[in-house]
Amino acid sequence: MQSPQSTVLSIDGLVKDVGPLPALDGKMLRIVGGLSLVAERGKVTALLGANGAGKTTTIECAQGLQKRTGGTISLLGQDPDTADAGLRSRVGVMLQDGGLPPSARPIPLLRHIAGMYRNPWPLDELIQRLGIDTFSRTSVRRLSGGQKQRLALAAALVGRPEVLFLDEPSAGLDPQSRNIVFELITELRSAGMGIILTTHLMDDAQRLADYVYIIDAGRNVAEGTVAQLLQRNVSPDPSQPHIRTLLFEARPGLDFTGVFAPGIDVRESRAGSYSATGALSPEDLAALTTWWAARGIMPGSLSLEARSLEDVFLDISGRDIR
Amino acid sequence: MNATLGGAPAPLFKRIALQGGYEALTMVRNGEQLILAIVLPLLALVGLTVTPLLDGLGGSRVDVAVPGILALCAMSTGFTGQGIATGFDRRYGVLRFLSTTPLGRTGLIAGKILAVLAVLALQVLVIGSVAAILGWQPNPAGLLPGLLLLVMGGAAFTALGLLVAGTVRPEATLAITNLLWILLGALGGIVIPAERLPGAAQHLVHFLPSGALGEALRDALVHGAVNAPAVLVLLLWTAVAGVAATRWFKWN
Repeated sequence: MQSPQSTVLSIDGLVKDVGPLPALDGKMLRIVGGLSLVAERGKVTALLGANGAGKTTTIECAQGLQKRTGGTISLLGQDPDTADAGLRSRVGVMLQDGGLPPSARPIPLLRHIAGMYRNPWPLDELIQRLGIDTFSRTSVRRLSGGQKQRLALAAALVGRPEVLFLDEPSAGLDPQSRNIVFELITELRSAGMGIILTTHLMDDAQRLADYVYIIDAGRNVAEGTVAQLLQRNVSPDPSQPHIRTLLFEARPGLDFTGVFAPGIDVRESRAGSYSATGALSPEDLAALTTWWAARGIMPGSLSLEARSLEDVFLDISGRDIR
Repeated sequence: MNATLGGAPAPLFKRIALQGGYEALTMVRNGEQLILAIVLPLLALVGLTVTPLLDGLGGSRVDVAVPGILALCAMSTGFTGQGIATGFDRRYGVLRFLSTTPLGRTGLIAGKILAVLAVLALQVLVIGSVAAILGWQPNPAGLLPGLLLLVMGGAAFTALGLLVAGTVRPEATLAITNLLWILLGALGGIVIPAERLPGAAQHLVHFLPSGALGEALRDALVHGAVNAPAVLVLLLWTAVAGVAATRWFKWN
């Protein structure tokens, strides 16, 4: 049933222009400019980027929902632009806006979609697993955001796809729904499903993704496993070790000039709350504690934090609000 | 979850039949659509049977009225009903989602046409039964051509409805299809034959899908005759609207 190849999706040099747009004097707008990625079976591949980075456009081109301007896409070995029912039956799609008719009730809707497949997932199992039985008598229009997402996920899964696309899966999810959905995604990955998700939430990527592509302005800007990205050296000097942040509390107004090595950025974010960010070395820690010892200062708290994916992301895509 | 992965599509005819059935049920369950599809045509039928509006047109009042009412039904369901449903499905991403399932875009369109035909069949049943009680006696030679004409009319109006639904916002679709239903219903030669309309409208309505379908159905069911020019006009509208909808329909 499963093809032996491990690649489920490969995108090479994807270009997508939209328009012509009146706001650009009738010119085309380039949403995606030469983006490439590979997704594998049994892996969660995340496209991480700010809103408007081109994530949804990219996966919609991969789903055959948008026609690309250039580049190649291979989804389970086929071009999604000429997808037949056979290919579509092997690919599950959860759209960002759900795509479910507002007047429908969950179970008849799922049963209807299940009918499109020869051998669908047993509905009872899916319904119970995603907790849909708790709101089965409510029309889609009256469901909460989390309930809608769970139903949309069930609709994407009912054909037992080999590839699953999730566009912003945790949008609108309450903590319980989030746990249900994330656990299921993790299980499906173990079962061998190739899962491609977009998110602008670092936490999603950090919790779920085996491999992350960071996208900005329609281009790849970084990629790797979460661990690799966290270790990514973004300082101009490649010989420097990892960026870390030292957080501590002490009495307000201290001047740390000359305590740390050059390049370490020390700030007092609130009165008495300090942070030192940069390529911290053991010597920096020793210098700080020695400096305190010499002045009889006992810090109220002290912690060393590795970088979060968010820091990596912000370092790469800039801290500007866009 | 220990089910094996790897989906396969249900057969094409089953997918289309399912979608057709699902959409037909959704239409019938929608109160506003039911008013447009059944209640208003029935009111018009009774109205035309108790007033002298259609006297002197070569048949009893009810015989002249029924073909027009059936044509009106095709317009209600294909144009206004399916237009509005599709417009809102487009807004809510339903069209996009369904096009990613094995149903696909072609299956979705086929399902929509099937849904229109299913609702139309129900309308014919209800209108035909009430008309029979009112003394309707269609020309037997016109029954089969009449049925074919209704299917053609359903196709023409569905193509037009999808064209509107796929190109403007759903609120605009709602306004346009309802307004045209009233205008064409009253003045489009559909229930009131061209010769009873004001002079200027008389020539125009022969070229409208409403006028063409109304005329052709009346010729078939009253006189047992085939109105070739009207059939041609109807086919032309179907082709133009179909090509335009294929060309300009926006799925999102």
